[in-house]
Amino acid sequence: MMPVIFVTDALIFLLVFMVVVYVFYARQHEHLRAPWHNVSSRPLAMSAAIILAIYIVVGLLDSLHFHPKLEVTKSSDTIYSTEVSSVLDLVLGDLHQNTERTYSAPLASYAFAKEMIDLPDGKQTRTYPRLKYGGAHLDEPATDSAADITKNIFIGCVFGLVISSILLGLITFILSKAHKTSFRRVLKQIYKNDFHVAWTAMIITMSLTIIVLTIVYNLAQYYHVFGTDKVGQDVLYQAIKSIRTGLVIGTLTTLVMLPFAIMMGLMAGYFRGWIDDVIQYLYTTLNSIPGVLLIAASILLLQVYIGNHADDFNSIEERADLRLLFLCIILGITSWTGLCRLLRAETLKLREIDYVQAAQAFGVSNLSIMLRHLLPNVMHIVMISIVIDFSGLVLAEAVLSYINIGVDPSMNSWGNMINGARLEMAREPIVWWSLAAAFVFMFVLVLAANLFSDAVRDAFDPRLRH
Amino acid sequence: MISYILRRIAYAFPILVGVNIITFILFFVVNTPDDMARMQLGMKRVSETAITKWKEERGYDKPILWNSSSESLEKITDTIFFQNSVKLFVFDFGRSDSGRDIGHDISQRMWPSLAITVPSLLLGLLAYISFGLTLAFFRGSYVDVSGVILCVVMMSISGLFYIIGGQYLIGKFLHLVPISGYDTGFNAIKFTILPILVGLIGGIGASTRWYRTIFLEEMGKDYVRTAKAKGLSEARVLYQHVLMNGLIPILTGVVVVLPSLFMGSLIVESFFAIPGLGSYTIDAISRQDFAIVRSMVFLGSVLYIIGLILTDISYTLVDPRVRLN
Repeated sequence: MMPVIFVTDALIFLLVFMVVVYVFYARQHEHLRAPWHNVSSRPLAMSAAIILAIYIVVGLLDSLHFHPKLEVTKSSDTIYSTEVSSVLDLVLGDLHQNTERTYSAPLASYAFAKEMIDLPDGKQTRTYPRLKYGGAHLDEPATDSAADITKNIFIGCVFGLVISSILLGLITFILSKAHKTSFRRVLKQIYKNDFHVAWTAMIITMSLTIIVLTIVYNLAQYYHVFGTDKVGQDVLYQAIKSIRTGLVIGTLTTLVMLPFAIMMGLMAGYFRGWIDDVIQYLYTTLNSIPGVLLIAASILLLQVYIGNHADDFNSIEERADLRLLFLCIILGITSWTGLCRLLRAETLKLREIDYVQAAQAFGVSNLSIMLRHLLPNVMHIVMISIVIDFSGLVLAEAVLSYINIGVDPSMNSWGNMINGARLEMAREPIVWWSLAAAFVFMFVLVLAANLFSDAVRDAFDPRLRH
Repeated sequence: MISYILRRIAYAFPILVGVNIITFILFFVVNTPDDMARMQLGMKRVSETAITKWKEERGYDKPILWNSSSESLEKITDTIFFQNSVKLFVFDFGRSDSGRDIGHDISQRMWPSLAITVPSLLLGLLAYISFGLTLAFFRGSYVDVSGVILCVVMMSISGLFYIIGGQYLIGKFLHLVPISGYDTGFNAIKFTILPILVGLIGGIGASTRWYRTIFLEEMGKDYVRTAKAKGLSEARVLYQHVLMNGLIPILTGVVVVLPSLFMGSLIVESFFAIPGLGSYTIDAISRQDFAIVRSMVFLGSVLYIIGLILTDISYTLVDPRVRLN
């Protein structure tokens, strides 16, 4: 394996690093620990956090890219494939390679459309051909498949129950060590929902998701759980690979625009005068350009650039990655104005408060007043806007991809899935599974993000604190 | 009042200049006319003469800022900047890259856009305000909690799915109205019903929750306590006092989008094949017609700025505490 690091990969791991630093910082500061403690006591928010965590793990696994080694090696030096793979592909196993010829319905053993098939006795007949992978282990899928699917769901269910009970035991054990009580006592407390941290809700969510995951995993060994698309690729695989795209758009956009928004907002509010005028002019101007059109114009420009410099890119993946990053930057440019305005208004208020006035009287430099006295006191606004923007950005990706100004068409994304499936809506019977898969994956992520962001806002917004 | 409006318009002018410069830089400096020509004529194997001819036909062969080969004033006017950017200020949009008159297209296509956006806005306000008020009325009860949860669920669904779902239901089972297309005159009404309905349903989640928050905030204020202490009924307090005061932030939020209604909705129009400005823009983006995209960027900005000015004025009209200065 030869690792490849795309620009977005590097930025994602920078983001992970920042989150880790933040966690350590927040643990030592009471004003940050208290609101997070509040969030952790909300069952709905913590259930959402579990779901988000699963998405994030998938996204991170999908961000470790490498060139896989090629099997055929005649000489001593190893040859690497030009294809780019990720650790997630290793986890998913054969899901990627198991492609059919064209459409097949979820859990089907036969293709979606009739074809001419040569019978063993030399005649030809028009029927639904067997799939290469879906239900390939069955002799008579027409009669056996329902029973086989039920059996696999049951096996998956049992595995899920086993894994979640092990997990429950582990959590109970850790909690009993941490609280220095007996194992039984903790188990009873969890049952009675008697902890400040919403452990009960978290464990229920975790168990349910684990059961769903094991069922899907077990079925995916023998079937295409969400069917296959036009070129026969597994839709479940596409939907899982799209997670990274959604997360990158939702988080990197904020990461890219954050330094700008914070710097500009603080400066405008703190210095006032002509600096304020210039910054206000800047964001009003940018704001007045319709966002979609600015994105469209910029993506058109990027396409021209890529077209003229086609030789600069080693692979399609690299090109798609550049476009993804560019999209994040453009989305950042169109969305930093809101946060900047909020920060400016808050800073205008804060600069009149005694401690800032005192710092000025002591002769503390402007820079350190902004960094040490103003920034920590506006961080709750930044925090709230990060989590609230996330779901909007994930939804925006789908819309942008639909008008072809989103991510690269070769990249797996929910928007591209919807876009591809839209053309098949007129088919009879309808090809609905690509849409359904994109819908389910997006809906779960956005709903979890919305629920979590609500809790974060309630906990961090001082106006809502009682 | 008039001097205030004039001053606001004068403030808006530098912003328009800024927008104009940004679009100019995006479309002519970062991305030269040569690139555009190559994009339109096909990337590879385009002869130099074909590019020159393409640029000549569209007037993109002129110098960018300063034409030293011309006489006196034409040194400035006979340039790309003047011909394609400065003229936007008098709404002279020029011709699209495929040779059509953009100004004429816009004046034709804004009516279908308005036929969708205006009813959507009005019906939406009516529906969302009543929902928001209902939830605020039942605050803390099961009606409120389940309503809010429903709102969060509905706002977690991408707008694309509302459109696809609506088209599928109507096209498959109900056959009440056509699923896409448009017609002239009053025949257009039956084509507008589905887009309006889908737009309404898609907006319920976010808007209802937002309006509920506004009303709840109003209900915590002193005048509500006074009204209750006077012995007014809960319903009377809600519909007379809270609604009227809550309308201030709602109305001013609506005023800012009023001018932008002309632009239509990109997604809805392209899904329902409505020949408005939204689908015009989408078509231009997919055909990579830079002249149209440039015009729409400018038009959109102008409308947004008009919206901002109208918002400021409407503040002073509905809230006597705000003074003009």
